[in-house]
Amino acid sequence: MNTHDAKPSLTLSPGLPKSREGEPAFAEPWQAEAFAMTVHLHEKGVFSWSEWAEVLSQELYRPGRRADASDYYDCWVAALSRLVTELSITSAAQLDGLTKQWQQAAEATPHGQPIRLENAAKR
Amino acid sequence: MKSTEETMQHDDHHHHHGDHDNHFSEMQARVKALETVLTQKGLIDPAAIDAIVETYETKIGPRNGARIVAKSWTEPDFADWLKADATAAIASLGYSGRQGEHMRAVFNTPDTHNLIVCTLCSCYPWAVLGLPPVWYKAPPYRARAVIDPRGVLAEFGVVLPETTKIRVWDSTAELRYLVIPERPSGTEGFDAERLADLVTRDAMIGTGLVRLPEAV
Repeated sequence: MNTHDAKPSLTLSPGLPKSREGEPAFAEPWQAEAFAMTVHLHEKGVFSWSEWAEVLSQELYRPGRRADASDYYDCWVAALSRLVTELSITSAAQLDGLTKQWQQAAEATPHGQPIRLENAAKR
Repeated sequence: MKSTEETMQHDDHHHHHGDHDNHFSEMQARVKALETVLTQKGLIDPAAIDAIVETYETKIGPRNGARIVAKSWTEPDFADWLKADATAAIASLGYSGRQGEHMRAVFNTPDTHNLIVCTLCSCYPWAVLGLPPVWYKAPPYRARAVIDPRGVLAEFGVVLPETTKIRVWDSTAELRYLVIPERPSGTEGFDAERLADLVTRDAMIGTGLVRLPEAV
């Protein structure tokens, strides 16, 4: 997928955890998903990478960050949540509500079944 | 199920499996929320997201596992440690899972081939293999790896002699497996880095074999 080459953008992501080979490194799948969604939205022209980088760096330079930078992708997700809200794609309340619903859906889903948002209603 | 094929399960598999993955962390749930809203608005296509993730998952992570395998080939003491206490042996190289899960290394032998799966969800040794491939998380692999491991392997292009026993290891949140393939012949004198180049991600899941030295 050459069209997804995100390298130029990555140089504008300060402190991005990288592997020895220089590729982004993820500790858990949700981090990769958040990363991929951001790259994809940028490719679709939803925002410019400099707009993104500004919001991300605001999150990264907030006080109270962990010294070992293990919360890097927490900041990434906070930045993406804020940016889509600022662009009026969604509201903070809607995002918070959906976040809670997904947590309920996870808990209401029997083991081994795919976790679907509809499952939240079964509680 | 053929008699030469069996499923190994950790004794307390069911005991421990009950309360994990039915819980989303704040971050997992928030990422799903973003994905839901962006998909509804037509701004993202989940298939495109998977494709981006896939490009990265093939490049990151598995190198850690490959280094572990190569070290076990070159250092018998390390191989013994890996057999006895994989969690500690792997941690000694700096590859530890964030959830504190335990690792077990399962060694292929001339008459046994190991295959890992998570039948209930998609537990995977992230710390040593990076992100799980899409097929690992997909229901067909999860369902069929146990029922028909030989058929699954054939689909991956791995055809083993009928006499080779296939052991399927079902991962849990607390216990993850890493397959240690056999060192290929013709690699005498290779150093650990060169050996690591032969070890593919799939070889460490058991759905593939190591590369042959002439192919590198």
